[in-house]
Amino acid sequence: MGASTLAEAMANPMLDGVLDAGPKVAPPLEILKESGQREVFCGLTSIVWLHRRMPDAFFLVVGSRTCAHLVQSAAGVMIFAEPRFGTAILGERDLAGLADANEELDRLVKELLARRPEIRTLFLVGSCPSEVIKLDLAKAAERLNRQLLGQVTVLNYSGSGIETTFTQGEDQALVAMTPLMPTSDEPQLLIAGTLADAVEDRLVDLFGRMGVGAVRSLPPRRSTELPPVGKGTKVLLAQPFLSATARALIARGAELIPAPYPLGVEGSRDWMAAGAAACGVAPAQVAAVLDPLVERGRHAIAPHRETLAGKRLFLLPDSQLELSLARFLSRECGMELVEVGTPYLDRQLLVSELDLLPAGTQISEGQDVERQLDRVRRAKPDLVVCGLGLANPLEAEGIATKWSIELVFSPIHGCDQAGDLAELFARPLRRRSLLSFTA
Amino acid sequence: MELTLWTYEGPPHVGALRIATSMEGVHYVLHAPQGDTYADLLFTMIERRDKRPPVTYTTFQARDLGGDTAELVKRSINQAVERFQPEALLVGESCTAELIQDQPGALAAGMALGGIPVVSLDLPAYSKKENWGAAETLYQLVRGLLKDQIPPPGTPAPSAQRWQQEGRRPRVNLLGPSLLGFRCRDDIREITGLLDRCGIDVAVVAPMGARPADLQRIPTADANVCLYPEIAAPVCSWLERSFGMATVRTVPIGIGATIAFIEELCGLVGLEPPHFDEPSRLPWYSRSVDSTYLTSKRVFIFGDATHAIAAAKIASQELGFQVVGLGSYSRELAREVRAAAKELGLEAIITDDYLAVEKAMAEASPELVLGTQMERHSAKRLGVPCAVISSPLHVQDVPARYSPQMGWEGANVIFDSWVHPLMMGLEEHLIGMFRHDFEFVDGHRSHLGEGAPTQTSEPQAQATPAQAPPAAPTATLEGLVWSADGEAELAKIPFFVRSKVRRNTETYARERQLQVIDSETLYEAKAHLSR
Repeated sequence: MGASTLAEAMANPMLDGVLDAGPKVAPPLEILKESGQREVFCGLTSIVWLHRRMPDAFFLVVGSRTCAHLVQSAAGVMIFAEPRFGTAILGERDLAGLADANEELDRLVKELLARRPEIRTLFLVGSCPSEVIKLDLAKAAERLNRQLLGQVTVLNYSGSGIETTFTQGEDQALVAMTPLMPTSDEPQLLIAGTLADAVEDRLVDLFGRMGVGAVRSLPPRRSTELPPVGKGTKVLLAQPFLSATARALIARGAELIPAPYPLGVEGSRDWMAAGAAACGVAPAQVAAVLDPLVERGRHAIAPHRETLAGKRLFLLPDSQLELSLARFLSRECGMELVEVGTPYLDRQLLVSELDLLPAGTQISEGQDVERQLDRVRRAKPDLVVCGLGLANPLEAEGIATKWSIELVFSPIHGCDQAGDLAELFARPLRRRSLLSFTA
Repeated sequence: MELTLWTYEGPPHVGALRIATSMEGVHYVLHAPQGDTYADLLFTMIERRDKRPPVTYTTFQARDLGGDTAELVKRSINQAVERFQPEALLVGESCTAELIQDQPGALAAGMALGGIPVVSLDLPAYSKKENWGAAETLYQLVRGLLKDQIPPPGTPAPSAQRWQQEGRRPRVNLLGPSLLGFRCRDDIREITGLLDRCGIDVAVVAPMGARPADLQRIPTADANVCLYPEIAAPVCSWLERSFGMATVRTVPIGIGATIAFIEELCGLVGLEPPHFDEPSRLPWYSRSVDSTYLTSKRVFIFGDATHAIAAAKIASQELGFQVVGLGSYSRELAREVRAAAKELGLEAIITDDYLAVEKAMAEASPELVLGTQMERHSAKRLGVPCAVISSPLHVQDVPARYSPQMGWEGANVIFDSWVHPLMMGLEEHLIGMFRHDFEFVDGHRSHLGEGAPTQTSEPQAQATPAQAPPAAPTATLEGLVWSADGEAELAKIPFFVRSKVRRNTETYARERQLQVIDSETLYEAKAHLSR
């Protein structure tokens, strides 16, 4: 996975017509495209949840002190004795060519692996500085794989800020894993995108009850137990930010199942139903399993809907979950959408979500944070979904906020989580109504 | 190339951000890629700031690299100046921008910005770190704003006692307090009050709360107080060289240091130090009988140089602890830390590898750790109480209440926050006395805020000594065997010193090449070690 492929994926996020099974191209939308200062994390941040998903993997960022500081600031790394991620910090000697950066990297990787013999997969993660100095991590991975004689698999991808935004880091990590997936044309349902283990278990169980037995996940829980892929594979994306992964799986013969994403009752139901239908499950069987869940999920949402209904919501671009969240919060919680910001809009992957959004929803792609905050202040929304750098300043201006980072670290997928998901947005509003500092 | 799992300091541009965000009226244009905005959350979350840091990130992307990133820098500068109308502009770059060599400082110098002072920051991201970056930024900013006021060479240095002729009180600048520094907000208030009681005014506090115009008033003071050398030492030295301003270098943390600080400052400006009538409770609290249990408590200290050195002095002289480890990640001040360690018969640990610090901590088997947030976590893993004394911070190190480290009240705060994690003297005594009672839960650690570390599910009250299972022999890794009666004797020792006794006894046994440790060995070791 080199920079050229990445750049290509970024420049042309459409899936080039390989998605022939999906609905026709989305209707034209009014989209505000902006560029300027972006108040978002880079792709390195996704290491925080990826390393938890695969406890036998280590993520080694090849970058600067800034990269190390970013990951630890985003992750609160201090709680770990020895985290399964770290940074190979480039020094002046590496840049001046006094030390061969490749030899240095090899030395460091060997020290690391000697210290952590339980590691089975090592991800070399490219960063802004490593990309700019054109340190070829693909070659480094190849070389290290030869030297390590299969004891540890070394993969590489870029999580750099010049090429990836936040969740796109996971997309690139999964793409790096796809060439190692064994080929099999056996029928199976492949769920792509990291889910909390408990949520994954639940979804697999539900598919089993509908009669879909072969359900596998990418990334797997053990990095060495990669699922197979081939002509019989139906891919269901659990996350809307996996454009490059979808493309890579399609290239391996898999078929992508178009669906909204499993956030909220409606999205989760449609997502599971689409997966089951693609595996040949009869609608009656789908309904028999899912209808009680839908009923229960709606009950769980109801008290939060009372808090949220009629409230005006502004989503700043962050995780690329924004369109799915907006769909959930407007259709199931009754919120009014002021603006739905997303760092990138992959229309092909989000066609089902775009269809479900209320007509005339203001979507913005990219960011000029100052201008966007001007719009926030003018619109005076009841709730703003934003990153940690903006939350307290907006609260101080009297605007309630919901930290977006919680949405990538909490189990929010599936019908059973819909109530919890609604609660995350209702809580800041409930809290405001609770607090009083008068006599 | 260096493997880092966790770092005490961020990159140098984060230091510059600390200066810009600490001040008013300054804006920082940072040439940096997407993602570097993470630094904002250090201020908005850890410091709970209600404003965004005054930074504009150029946010260049891969597709910009082929084009004109210099144009992006200029556009960002123009937009920032127009929107924020700063009184001074800092221009710099983060690690990645340093590689593409757009030289944003030079670009800014060539722009018409309506006469705003522009300070170009050259912070080498691949060799320097956060505190260095903060110190360099403060120095460059002060130098840039004062360059027109520098007296010609040969001008005699102004007397620090000229206030006597000018019919006013003496006044000094407090230099170094910044956001993400340890308790700076409250230290300023404490020291300002302390100086007021000495009859001394504060002219400028910088960078915290200062505007660029305030920095231009720095030479109007009689002396500079270098409160936080990590941040202020270079600028104080420059003010000495260029303006002949004297610097007070004693950092007033602890009773002795506060007295020395007052004496140094009053001596410099020609004032008689005032008499403070029992200004702090620390000396009495330390002498009171409950504190006898503090005697020779083993304490391990790690932090920035200023706070680590101060802590070592307070611990050894004012609380009667035994300092068993002293170190710092501040390489710029390593010499001072080494000297302080040498005085205590120790070799200083100068490193930014937290695992090396944790290892040294474990080897020193301390009873109290004074460190940064990282040492708090390491100490937790080792089951040792800890108080945080230095940056890097966590949100809980920015308390709502007034809690300085400096001056008289700072000494009170230090007494409480270092002693409270330990068991109070009488309580420790009582636990020793009643530990064989069946109601007593072994491992009970009082108010440390955690439950008993082991055996939480079993009904403890039934485990009377008579019913307790007999001790079984155990073996260490290198084959040293604890006999059953050795283990049984060890179990009678209070749990909070048990691991230390075990370690000491094993060391004793190894030195004598014993294979088996029984109760006699334990007593022999005890006698040997208490000599």
